[in-house]
Amino acid sequence: MTRADSGAERRRGRPLTARARENRAGLAFVTPTFLVVLVVVVLPILWTVLLAFQNARLVDIQGMGLFGNWTLDNFDSVFGSPGFWTSLLTTLGYTVGATAGSILLGLVAALALRRPFRGRGPLRAAMLLPYVAPVVAVAFVWEIALSPQFGIVNEWGTKLLGWDQPIAFLSTRAYEVSVLGMEFELPLALLTVIAFETWRYFPFAFLFLLARLQAVPDGLEEAATVDGATITQRFRHILLPQLMPVIALLSVLRFIMTFNKFDDVYLLTGGGSGTDVVAVRVYEFLTARYDVGAAAAQALVLALILMVLLGLYFTFFAKKVQEEA
Amino acid sequence: MSRAQVEERVFGVLRWVVIAFLALITLAPFYYMLLLSVKPIDALLLDPGNLWVSARDFTLDTYREVLKPTSEGGQGFVGMLTNSALVSLGTVALTLLAAVPGAYAISRLKFFGGRHVSVLFLAVYLFPATLLAVPLFVMFAKMGLQGSLAGLAIVYIAQTVPVSIYMMKNYFVTIPLSIEEAAALDGCTRLQAVRKVVLPLALPSLMATGLYIFMIAWNEFLFALLFLAAEPDRWTVSLGLQQLAGGIEVSKTVLMAGSVVLTIPVVLLFFAAERLLTEGLTSGADKA
Repeated sequence: MTRADSGAERRRGRPLTARARENRAGLAFVTPTFLVVLVVVVLPILWTVLLAFQNARLVDIQGMGLFGNWTLDNFDSVFGSPGFWTSLLTTLGYTVGATAGSILLGLVAALALRRPFRGRGPLRAAMLLPYVAPVVAVAFVWEIALSPQFGIVNEWGTKLLGWDQPIAFLSTRAYEVSVLGMEFELPLALLTVIAFETWRYFPFAFLFLLARLQAVPDGLEEAATVDGATITQRFRHILLPQLMPVIALLSVLRFIMTFNKFDDVYLLTGGGSGTDVVAVRVYEFLTARYDVGAAAAQALVLALILMVLLGLYFTFFAKKVQEEA
Repeated sequence: MSRAQVEERVFGVLRWVVIAFLALITLAPFYYMLLLSVKPIDALLLDPGNLWVSARDFTLDTYREVLKPTSEGGQGFVGMLTNSALVSLGTVALTLLAAVPGAYAISRLKFFGGRHVSVLFLAVYLFPATLLAVPLFVMFAKMGLQGSLAGLAIVYIAQTVPVSIYMMKNYFVTIPLSIEEAAALDGCTRLQAVRKVVLPLALPSLMATGLYIFMIAWNEFLFALLFLAAEPDRWTVSLGLQQLAGGIEVSKTVLMAGSVVLTIPVVLLFFAAERLLTEGLTSGADKA
């Protein structure tokens, strides 16, 4: 009896331990997801890397193998093409401006809506509108509202605020302003696009910051109030340190998202008037010139720059935030 | 007055100023959208600063024109709405199918390479959509999937899988392990336990995730532009609106009606499930 049993067991292999069974189940469950991510994300990205080093135009790609036609010309044409460095600078300015703007406005909003008041619920919901509404629709509304011919902003600006003439917000590369006799040039179109981005994404920051704010124990602030701390002091020394990890996380998330952003800029200005961010250039390479290799190289350079920036952030700043928190 | 009292006053006032300002900047653009969508273009050109529409000017012809099929002289938005709905629903189904097992494995099971895989899933976000656009564009051109709605839905999986895994993982963690153990004692296999016990319990999270995916797919623009621009029959609403807005043939107020049509489904869905969504997205933020 026992012998037969052990014989059978030996044939099937030893019964699996609980851990081994869990391991198997885990692998079985994760495999479908992993395969999907592999096929729709990882493999295309690897292919981009290959394409960046190949002489590939859309017309020849039909007959082309996966390998071969190696060249470094694409990087030459990326770094050597006129406007690459200014475009990179524009992308950075746009990203930093929009990231800082949306988090700052989100923070202000979270602080203002922290304590209950009548109508807070509806307002809180309404404030998420810019974030959930389709980008094409809201970009179109902005475009019309800012239009120099029939936009409400220019109409009111010239009638009520005494502007000399309508301002073409979305197509003015440099707007001259004189403050105290000094002449400045504002990159107006870029600032408008940053304002749009700030408007569209402050609700995202607001949501996260409000959730964190409401988890701050009341006792901390009460104690500080009893000790005579003013509102600004309580914010600086109690709330801000509590919020810092969330703000850091939001900064990284928004930075990554904005750095690669295409839709918003393309829809508002088409990349003209000093708003030619790199993502729009990639699109132009791809669709206007059908130069797949150069587009891939450009996208790759953009991704590498982003990684370097993130690497710098995590080595130098992430620890500091952790310590402060 | 002490500094504390001064600040108390100043911020007390400032708070209401901020609240009013926020209400203005979030609601005004949408009000403007609605307002222009019920005006004839002449009324807009005559008085661009008007914040109201007179009963004489009020019209719904803009909606009629934008919704009518192109064969009848309209802009064919009903067809585009159908396309958008098909792509979005397809994306929801495909993404949930792809993401649920992975999210469950990561949240519940210890397995070889588990931690690396969960990092990989999040790292997907590091890679810009533009980086994916090039090879997918080429691949689809090669496979003849360019201009097909199914192809677009497959592309959208790449945009939605990471956030779906993240949202569902956060929820799966909160379901007590003992419930699954009880199911196992009653003779369920792991697959049965997931299907009959865990998934029903995670229904709120599945719905929130599904809604979020739907919104991303409905609002997406770049890939629709890359793959469908040449095929007006398959345009999604987002793409159709952008393509028509670039021309001068269609009047702006008609397109405003198009914007309203594009915006309403998402906003309705969002308000129907606001709680569900915001909690699904930010759960974990308050623990960080």
